[in-house]
Amino acid sequence: MPNKSSAPNMIEVDGLTKSFPSPGSGDDVNVFVDLNFNIRKGEFVCLIGHSGCGKSTLLNILAGLDRPTEGFVCAAGREIDGPGLDRAVVFQNHALMPWMTAMSNITFAIKSRWPHWNKSRVRERATRYLEMVHLNEAARKKPAQLSGGMKQRVGIARALAVEPQILLLDEPFGALDALTRGSIQEELIRICRTTEQTVFMITHDIDEAMLLADRILLMTNGPDARLCETFVNTLPKDRERHSIHHHPNFYPLRNHLLDFLVNRSKALSEIKQTIDSRNVPEVVITAEDENEVALTANS
Amino acid sequence: MQFRQRLQSGALSVVFLGAICVIWHATTRPEPPDPELAGMDPEYLELIGATAKGESNPMPGPIEVAQKVWSHLEDPFYYKGANDRGIGSQLLYSLARVAQGYFLAVLIAVPLGFMIGMSPVLSKAVDPFVQILKPVSPLAWMPLALYTIKDSEPCSIFVIFICAIWPVLINTTFGVSSVRKDYLNVAKTLEAGRFRTALFVILPSAAPTILTGMRISIGIAWLVIVAAEMLIGGTGIGYFVWNEWNNLDITNVIVAILFIGVIGMVLDRLLAALTGAVTYAE
Repeated sequence: MPNKSSAPNMIEVDGLTKSFPSPGSGDDVNVFVDLNFNIRKGEFVCLIGHSGCGKSTLLNILAGLDRPTEGFVCAAGREIDGPGLDRAVVFQNHALMPWMTAMSNITFAIKSRWPHWNKSRVRERATRYLEMVHLNEAARKKPAQLSGGMKQRVGIARALAVEPQILLLDEPFGALDALTRGSIQEELIRICRTTEQTVFMITHDIDEAMLLADRILLMTNGPDARLCETFVNTLPKDRERHSIHHHPNFYPLRNHLLDFLVNRSKALSEIKQTIDSRNVPEVVITAEDENEVALTANS
Repeated sequence: MQFRQRLQSGALSVVFLGAICVIWHATTRPEPPDPELAGMDPEYLELIGATAKGESNPMPGPIEVAQKVWSHLEDPFYYKGANDRGIGSQLLYSLARVAQGYFLAVLIAVPLGFMIGMSPVLSKAVDPFVQILKPVSPLAWMPLALYTIKDSEPCSIFVIFICAIWPVLINTTFGVSSVRKDYLNVAKTLEAGRFRTALFVILPSAAPTILTGMRISIGIAWLVIVAAEMLIGGTGIGYFVWNEWNNLDITNVIVAILFIGVIGMVLDRLLAALTGAVTYAE
């Protein structure tokens, strides 16, 4: 287990189920069923699954924008009963206010967090976070004048500027081209490593998950999606985008994840009873023995 | 290219104007005198007027109208008694009424539309009332207004109010109810309060739609004021038109039409500029 096992839980998800009324008559459709997992402080956790397994719904529940049908979520020990500044969201389509400049999008967030701060203090902090994502020149531009990557970076700066306990990212780089995605991923790594930010990110990009995440949660296909595996990223902590694929462990890990997405996510969704959702297996593939998959139970 | 196009369309406009004036001028020449009048008593001829003698045409040509416009511009605010004041002051009377009724409508419709737009239930509940009242000609309210308010001056303001309120109300409701959920979610995750969300998220998001409603309203208000003043009389450009018709002064009627058109255009441009200022690119 990585060194963060002793850190306190930031997010605790317990028996989470979300159902929607089915389009015709009949029973409700369960998007996902009985999810149980924790996110520890300072940990970067990715969730991988196919479209329709309720990834975004789960993130919305964590953000407090949606409510679970059953089960509950605790953030820093308290049950979530709505959106809050302790959980910042980077939305899939950036969701920047188009009538505000990049700067005022961030100052709006900062003023919401610290209503009593004076103008210069708010501005100073906003400038700092714009610099963090290398966008000082774009401060006065409106979102429509920014490229997709720049918009998403403003979105990240806005989320981080309120000093959230946890950062929730909903497929933030899905719409970006590979080059832009790579450079933003690097920025995100740099920021998260220096600030020890707790992050929960949804993605369907295996390489992205392997680069960023300490742990990767795997979900079966929906409906009735379940969490079926916790995958520990055993690649070295200081991994970089341009050298990660040279690591001897890279392909065994990647193949395992790819195999999951291509075959097992579907197969597992058809044999539900074999998964003990309260005791999801933790998979650790270590460098010493590439072929052996060590299965250990979650405690 | 764009400059070239503008130059071309500008030149074409001038050509159209010239053509209109030429045709207008040609068709408003004095007609030849009635042959039956030949050999009439000169004193009788004097009495029946210049038109019958073939010296002028009751329909003025462009030159007469231009001269009249110029004379009005030279002295727009003269006062020679209640029935004879400058076209400038008549226009100001009308503008003042429109302004009062219009701003009252905006002042009520925007907050009301905000409230209705925020609640889908209220929105559905209010809809039938709006749908029924909206198509009613504002002049149909006039008798009711005269009966209840009694004073004619506030009546014309009320008529402007009642015609200006619907587009603003409908557009505000629509703009507020169709704010993108993403923006509201951002506000929620930032724990922005109701007031902050309304002021900094919903209002700017709906502003272009609201101002489009206001632009439609000002156009309607300016249309309606002429008719309302024809009914109410006393002052205003509508009264001026009707008064000049009673005086059989067609030239002044045409001049008034031109002035009404120009001011209507200015009002529309003004609101269009305001709409442009709050419009954002997604």
